Amino acid sequence: MRLYGRYILMHLKSQMQYKGSFFLLIFSQFLTAFSALASVYFLMQRFHRIDEFSFQEVLLCFAIVLMAFSLAECFARGFDRFPAVLANGGFDRILVRPRSTVLQVLGSQVEFTRLGRLCQATLVFCYAIPASDVVWTADRVLLLILMILSGALVFFGLFLIFAGLCFFTTEGLEFINIFTDGGREFGAYPLSVYGDGVLKFFTFVIPLALVQYYPLLYLTGRSDSLLHALSPLFAGVFLLPCFLLWRIGIRHYRSTGS
Amino acid sequence: MKALAAYGSLFRIRFNSGIQYRAAALGGVATQFAWGFLNILLYMTFYRENPEAFPMSLASVVSYMWLRQAFLMLFETWRTEPQIMAAIQDGGVAYELARPMGIYGAWYTRILSSRISGMLLRAWPLLLVAFCLPAPWGMTLPVSLSAFGLFLLSLVLGTLCAAALVTLIHVLTLVTMQPQGVRMAFNSLAELLSGALIPLPFFPPVIARVLALTPFATTINAPLRIYSGDLAGAAAGQAIGLQAFWLVVMLALGHLLLRRALRRTVIQGG
Amino acid sequence: MITLEHIEKTYRVARRNAGMGEALRALFHREYTLIPALQDVSFQVADGEMVGYIGPNGAGKSSTIKIMSGILHPDGGTCVIDGLTPWKNRREHVRNIGVVFGQRSQLWWDVPVIDSFELIRDIYQVDAAAYRRSYEELVTLLGLGDIVRTPARQLSLGQRMRCEIAASLLHEPRILFLDEPTIGLDAVSKLAVRDFIRKINQERGTTVILTTHDMQDIEALTERVLLIGKGKILLDDTLDALKARSSHTRRLQIRYTGALAACPAGTTLVSQEAGQAAFSVDTDVCPVSRAIEALSRQVEITDLTVENISAEELVVSLYEEYAI
Repeated sequence: MRLYGRYILMHLKSQMQYKGSFFLLIFSQFLTAFSALASVYFLMQRFHRIDEFSFQEVLLCFAIVLMAFSLAECFARGFDRFPAVLANGGFDRILVRPRSTVLQVLGSQVEFTRLGRLCQATLVFCYAIPASDVVWTADRVLLLILMILSGALVFFGLFLIFAGLCFFTTEGLEFINIFTDGGREFGAYPLSVYGDGVLKFFTFVIPLALVQYYPLLYLTGRSDSLLHALSPLFAGVFLLPCFLLWRIGIRHYRSTGS
Repeated sequence: MKALAAYGSLFRIRFNSGIQYRAAALGGVATQFAWGFLNILLYMTFYRENPEAFPMSLASVVSYMWLRQAFLMLFETWRTEPQIMAAIQDGGVAYELARPMGIYGAWYTRILSSRISGMLLRAWPLLLVAFCLPAPWGMTLPVSLSAFGLFLLSLVLGTLCAAALVTLIHVLTLVTMQPQGVRMAFNSLAELLSGALIPLPFFPPVIARVLALTPFATTINAPLRIYSGDLAGAAAGQAIGLQAFWLVVMLALGHLLLRRALRRTVIQGG
Repeated sequence: MITLEHIEKTYRVARRNAGMGEALRALFHREYTLIPALQDVSFQVADGEMVGYIGPNGAGKSSTIKIMSGILHPDGGTCVIDGLTPWKNRREHVRNIGVVFGQRSQLWWDVPVIDSFELIRDIYQVDAAAYRRSYEELVTLLGLGDIVRTPARQLSLGQRMRCEIAASLLHEPRILFLDEPTIGLDAVSKLAVRDFIRKINQERGTTVILTTHDMQDIEALTERVLLIGKGKILLDDTLDALKARSSHTRRLQIRYTGALAACPAGTTLVSQEAGQAAFSVDTDVCPVSRAIEALSRQVEITDLTVENISAEELVVSLYEEYAI
């Protein structure tokens, strides 16, 4: 943990060397997220509700997923950029150091500019939290935080899968985008709106619904099932196969050297 | 004729290197298919919610989504040519001046060919599946042969427009030396305004009417709505006219700006 | 102590051919080629030794280094370094080694070098006192005083390489792998880097294994040379012994006026241009003095030099001898 802190400090120091472009990038990240928000706004203005959810509730969902995604993208950027690390031999350097590979890859990139999206998510929260009909009891506030953090972990797991697959091929990994970028785009709406099949997929395969749809039911008072409230915790199980794949990838790398 | 042959071989080289990446293409097709499918599911739910508020027919939205996914590579305004961008940023542009062909033409050809080669690999499997899907999800045939003809014309114009727009972005990067941040914000806006995120009819009516006149609408909006008959008759004619107009404007503007920027580079001796 | 025995490694590489048709066919079917990278590689390096590891590109140098530094699993054979098998005990093993990849930096581009050093201290969990000691020693030896407060991007290539090597030595490894440490450096920087490597070897008794294309590195630093070609160790000998193999050859260069008619027996003409000629003289057949005498009978010699064959030429002749 101390080492990770040191990594973060180094990145902050590096990126502050170019203050102008640093803040410009944060700002443009902020603007970039705006297009997605506008799409949701226009559609919800036209139809008012989707699958029983109101505009404010959809916004809540939008902001939770956006915030989770930008946290993951900021701190797990090293995995997102992993093909470049592999291509320039940077992973050899990681292997000749006596620390965990995951920690070192995490430390290799921290993109603070991605927090521009986080600003947008915060802004949306500022509107949606009071505007929604949610009664904000202490447990619901806690649940909201839990949803964001577990969501970030799910996205982190996806980045980890992506990087793990990079050991085998650098081509064709675009399909992971459907879960990462796609998760952010489509996760703007509660995942039930895509029908039962999709919801099941995002429950049992890629557990995005566990940090989004089910706890949202509890948050908005549609359900008082404890299972729904605690579902973000189960999402953590998803990290196990992700780590496993990462380890298999490393073993492959160390036997092929490419 | 010789100049044309040079562009031809440039096109062929980019095309070949684009087609090499087999697994990348398969992965791309899978992603684009899933992306389209999820979008269609979303619009169907909206449709069930309130069919009266739906500004297009459901079938035309479905076709719009599949076509958008199939031809995505043609229209992505954010996808720049890395080599050209690198040449702009490290000053390598000067070397391009040494080549016998016009630099604008060379850029435009490179951008156009890498887009077409990317699309050719990805479009047909996606369209094949989209046509085979059962009724509500599947893609419908064009309403008439003439509509299909107009669609093809508009698709070609739209492709040329998108490449002109992207070339213009490269030129503007050279002129202004703007950092990546500005381009990112611009691209995200272009995505929204071109109808890549939601089709223009889903915007509030006044906004939609204004947006239809912009150069952004010449890329995705025009051909995809003509295909499904959402734009027909005079409206289709107007959209194609606008495409032709903006194509000429963007080509001329890009050409002019590039020539001025290069002259400045030469004078500065950089 | 480094011991490699019968190390084997084979790579499987996907074949890809040019052309549109081939590219389309590759969509459905892929062919692989087996490339033997290392065959029966065995050698030992004692503590404190400096060894030059040479061979043409693709001969297996970097595969060997990767195996010794725990990055790569071999297919067969054993490798024991200070009692550990590198690929089995990666984390313990890498604490004892330092690796410098000549063409890849481990320094952070935009921050002062000393910040990179402190990060490396935390990575290797070096305690404060040991770090202080090691740092002071390296900074003094390398003359890094002011350089460490400068961001890496502002350093010259030579300064950066010295910092790079220092960064790999902060945790006081017992073994140092140097992969082309002088590549791209100017003559002065090369001397500084070599000088430093020698000092570290003397002061700390660090074992150094050096791969390079620059024979002056080898000449200046190592007594022993390992030559690898096509995945096999072809030669393992001292540099002096290698030179002795060619001690019967000298290079004779002359400037002259007049017409050069024929080479004296036992010499071969290496190059000739406007009033200059170079000969390779086989001293067993023809002592240098006799060659000069024979030449001066033909032309007017205005200047002449006699040289031992250089390490560079020695390697070229070795490559030729082993056809690699």
